Amino acid sequence: MADVYKALADQTRRALLDELLERDEQTLFELCSRLAMNHDLTPSRQAVSQHLDVLEQAGLVHTERRGRYKFHTIDTTPLSQITERWRPRKATP
Amino acid sequence: MKLQTVSIFVDDQQHALEFYTTRLGFTVSADIPMGEHRWLTVVDPERPDSTQISLEPKGHPAVVPFTDALLADGIPFCVLGVDDVQAEYDRLLALGETFTQPPTAMGPVIIAVLDDTCGNLLQLAQWVG
Repeated sequence: MADVYKALADQTRRALLDELLERDEQTLFELCSRLAMNHDLTPSRQAVSQHLDVLEQAGLVHTERRGRYKFHTIDTTPLSQITERWRPRKATP
Repeated sequence: MKLQTVSIFVDDQQHALEFYTTRLGFTVSADIPMGEHRWLTVVDPERPDSTQISLEPKGHPAVVPFTDALLADGIPFCVLGVDDVQAEYDRLLALGETFTQPPTAMGPVIIAVLDDTCGNLLQLAQWVG
């Protein structure tokens, strides 16, 4: 599985995850509109598509082709490795 | 000069005619046999002088890759203005139609994206200012 940390390092990719958390099963068109509307981000469609590829390789986004269109869904499972690695420590008295 | 006719490429003209009239409420403006296909246009019945939509067969080899690519990415081919997106969404869902995007507030508009069942997505837009 590709690097989750690298996938999260980019502002646009974090914004894409934020929007997918709002609503699953979004098309590329909807995601591009939401980036522009809610985050003031206007990368090219091609760039958004590449960001989604990085997120997909990291296991954070799944794509599903249904009929003739393609939907994107968030999967937060890979993020658990972050908290497992750095468990919050209890403050010592 | 005015925008008289715009074309929407459709898989099947007869099916498109049914969808655009019975589901969307357009009325036939022209239906002229042209050999294998028809010159087939529909228009808003309340504004018969407004822009007509030509339901154009996908005859040219460049059209199918073009429309398929738009469809896959969820890009609507054109925008239809409506008074109430939510009401249209509910009405069309009840008829068994498919949306790739439910009504979504996008600043001055509420939009939804509908599958026209002829190989295109249509954006329904309600201006809210």
